[in-house]
Amino acid sequence: MSDAVHGKPAAGGHAHGDSHGSLRSYLTGFILSVILTAIPFWLVMFGVLNSKVATELAITTLAVVQITVHMVYFLHMNTRSEDGWSIMALVFTLILVVIVLIGSLWIIYHLNANMMPDRDMSQMP
Amino acid sequence: MAMTPTGADATAELPVFCLTKEHEHAAGGSTLLGFWIYLMSDCLLFAALFATYGVLGGSYAGGPAPKDLFELPLVAVNTSMLLLSSITYGFAMLATYQGRVGATQGWLIVTALFGLAFVGIELYEFTHMIHDGATPQRSAFLSAFFTLVGTHGLHVTVGLVWMVTLMLQVGQRGLIPENVRRLACLSLFWHFLDVIWIGVFTFVYLGGMLR
Amino acid sequence: MSTDSTLLKMAFGRLTLDAFPIHEPILVATFAGVALGGAAVLGVISYFRLWGYLWREWFTTIDHKRIGIMYMILGLVMLLRGFADALMMRWQQAVAFGGAEGFLPAHHYDQIFTAHGVIMIFFMAMPFITGLMNFVVPLQIGARDVSFPFLNNFSFWMTAMGAALVMVSLFVGEFARTGWLAYPPLSGIAYSPDVGVDYYIWALQIAGVGTLLSGVNLIATIVKLRAPGMTMMKMPIFTWTALCTNVLIVAAFPILTVTLALLSLDRYVGTNFFTNDLGGNPMMYVNLIWIWGHPEVYILILPIFGVFSEVTATFSGKRLFGYTSMVYATVVITILSYLVWLHHFFTMGSGASVNSFFGITTMIISIPTGAKMFNWLFTLYRGRIRFELPMMWTLAFMLTFVIGGMTGVLLAVPPADFVLHNSLFLVAHFHNVIIGGVVFGVFAGISYWFPKAFGFRLDPFWGKMSFWFWVAGFYLAFMPLYVLGLMGVTRRLRHFEDPTLQVWFVIAAVGAALILLGIVSFLIQIYVSIRRREALRDRTGDPWGGRTLEWSTASPPPEYNFAFTPVVHDNDAWWDMKHRGFRRPVAGFNAIHMPRNTGAGFILAALSAVFGFAMIWHIWWLAALGFVAVLAVAIAHTFNYQRDFQIPANEVERTEAGRTRLLAARA
Repeated sequence: MSDAVHGKPAAGGHAHGDSHGSLRSYLTGFILSVILTAIPFWLVMFGVLNSKVATELAITTLAVVQITVHMVYFLHMNTRSEDGWSIMALVFTLILVVIVLIGSLWIIYHLNANMMPDRDMSQMP
Repeated sequence: MAMTPTGADATAELPVFCLTKEHEHAAGGSTLLGFWIYLMSDCLLFAALFATYGVLGGSYAGGPAPKDLFELPLVAVNTSMLLLSSITYGFAMLATYQGRVGATQGWLIVTALFGLAFVGIELYEFTHMIHDGATPQRSAFLSAFFTLVGTHGLHVTVGLVWMVTLMLQVGQRGLIPENVRRLACLSLFWHFLDVIWIGVFTFVYLGGMLR
Repeated sequence: MSTDSTLLKMAFGRLTLDAFPIHEPILVATFAGVALGGAAVLGVISYFRLWGYLWREWFTTIDHKRIGIMYMILGLVMLLRGFADALMMRWQQAVAFGGAEGFLPAHHYDQIFTAHGVIMIFFMAMPFITGLMNFVVPLQIGARDVSFPFLNNFSFWMTAMGAALVMVSLFVGEFARTGWLAYPPLSGIAYSPDVGVDYYIWALQIAGVGTLLSGVNLIATIVKLRAPGMTMMKMPIFTWTALCTNVLIVAAFPILTVTLALLSLDRYVGTNFFTNDLGGNPMMYVNLIWIWGHPEVYILILPIFGVFSEVTATFSGKRLFGYTSMVYATVVITILSYLVWLHHFFTMGSGASVNSFFGITTMIISIPTGAKMFNWLFTLYRGRIRFELPMMWTLAFMLTFVIGGMTGVLLAVPPADFVLHNSLFLVAHFHNVIIGGVVFGVFAGISYWFPKAFGFRLDPFWGKMSFWFWVAGFYLAFMPLYVLGLMGVTRRLRHFEDPTLQVWFVIAAVGAALILLGIVSFLIQIYVSIRRREALRDRTGDPWGGRTLEWSTASPPPEYNFAFTPVVHDNDAWWDMKHRGFRRPVAGFNAIHMPRNTGAGFILAALSAVFGFAMIWHIWWLAALGFVAVLAVAIAHTFNYQRDFQIPANEVERTEAGRTRLLAARA
């Protein structure tokens, strides 16, 4: 049914602005990912930066960048996919992920700090 | 773009309230969006596991800590297995959209082999740790570690089963639209697992060595 | 250790004859009743040779309308079971003072309040709202079915199997004694080594899969299958609330899945997530389960807000006031529901900074709901109000829910909560909003859409009886609990020393008895309506003068819903059509492409239930078998590519001609 329209054999199921990537985009994504993986491993395995905090910050940033690379080059994430619903779903999910992570860490940190035994209860923050 | 088919007065300016000629909603038009939404729920599943690891990951209960257990070179090898499998799946998808069954199957096999290597190495790592007494029961840190990394590995395994099934189905029926849709869904799934792995190797393995 | 007993252990796990509660008279009597009633039902079905019909037309259906009806039946059955638990608790609490111990020992009482909560939330409220959304949404958006009809069937059966496991726990083994959220360490293997918590876990995990998939399904449906011309801001308001509800489902249920999975790992494998030692942290369970739990209550109420919006507009004869602000309020509630969860455990010691943050967010979330209330009131204002049953339930809701909401804001203040947490005040608050909100809303929805589903209205007299019994009963049952809570009475107690409390519990028990009459009246209403269905027949498909597209179809709609996909121009699409000269087409019908029925959903769910049962009783060989079978059937199902068929054009013509005759006869 769709052959005549699309002029390609069996290429249905990807209308409305979904992109597929090309050889070049996959290779670009791959190379970027290799670099973005090698750097954090190198930073940690060889203690390149002298500060733990700086290293943690660096690897976190690199992870975020690499995730973005994956989203763009492998998952073909863009604002047009599924009329914008894909990216809206992703943004909403990411917001919730951040809330779950930060919320849990914040709450449990406070609970642990306040409720450990032998604590002087009059000093509760 | 007909008016109501009962032949209503053509001069009356009646709005069109019915589609008399159906532009058939392409069968399976919802599939990719539906799968993407499912993936978002899976993302939150992993978020809960990450949060648990974040909270309990420092509780060694006097037992082994990451420094005692993690072999970063092995993790690096594992990471490259998964990354390579991602790009080979990408090649499989390119072949799919070109309608080339043989090339698709070939790249899928290569992807599956990389995926199998990943799972194999992970199982080796787990067995090694358990043999050394670092069992999931030993401490909350280890419980969280095995569950987070293990759940990811389980997802990869399910992906491999799915891949084999799809290879059989493509072998049987070729790259019909339904199979192309399924391959596209598996593509989303597979790349998504690599995204999660970025989180795992960064926060569990690398982060663990920095604690 | 004889080979016999080892063999028995391998074959049956920890299931022994002790699991059957033959020494508990209440359970024996219940079993007798269930067995007799069940035998009667099975007998009737067999006598009228209806098994084939049931399997072909209902169990294997992928028609969203039938699946919706099955959800409603499930919800109704579980309402009866959950309410039986409530009656027992009210009776126990009304008599157990001082020397009198009541008739329920702690071991039994603890299972009752746990089962009551689990059943009412997961197997009464969730199926009811899912049923309403399933039935109504595709019709409201002008679609023929949901995006994934097979998945829809599978989702229903997974929910039903979860309910079945809970019911089985009544007669085989026992249920959890931990409260409906099963906090560790009490729910851990050390303090609950028996099967109760395992029943809880597997029932919820199985049902949870169904719910999650149904969430994905309805989001895709609303996004992709709307009729041409129906932009997002022209969707009926019930569809908007359904969309937001399903977004919440997809976002929240994975958290529940993880939390219960971690608990099962602790119980089955000995991990240390929530244990007291080796680094575990039980508070992480509480934290995670409420990250799910708070969105869950919004999942329950948002569709109901949608019901009330539709009913208010229809029975005021006016367009809903403030459609745009209603949409924004719904979306804001959806997002904010993720920022309040700690208010369920203010007292656990997270400190002032954390408590203040969540106290403030909790207070903020009441604002959009308040906006909705005003919008409903402004819709009523200057409208031509018809006091049909749906409108009566709506008015009762507006008063009752506002009271419950206000006590919620009171509880949102952390210092106040320190006094009221886990008291009967809390119990009164959440019943106030759930009964006044969800239950009243479900009854409004049922009386509103019943004619659409079955072709005849519900008998108004018995409906009004049910209504007044419910409303009077609710206030009598729960207002005393506010008083008791303020006096300091804790929840989940089965015996009290202070005799001055008794009068309040007696009043509450009277209230429960009135609610019982309300439920009985509802059952009578259904029976009478079926008997009198010709007198109550809906021939036009639009018995209420509706505004949205579902009222443009026949009652009940044909399996394909719409012979021609509607084209939408404005909000309240059907109202627009009626008032701008729409003429129903009577010729020119095309063949319609429909999905096929399938038994795979039922089989997969049944196998999952077998797996769950085997895991509960540690029958490892059966669990392995069940698991493999589920995988095999699921994979085999994917090899079935023949999932559709065509309804030929002349059959569509015949069906539509039938409706033309019906409409003409009425004229």
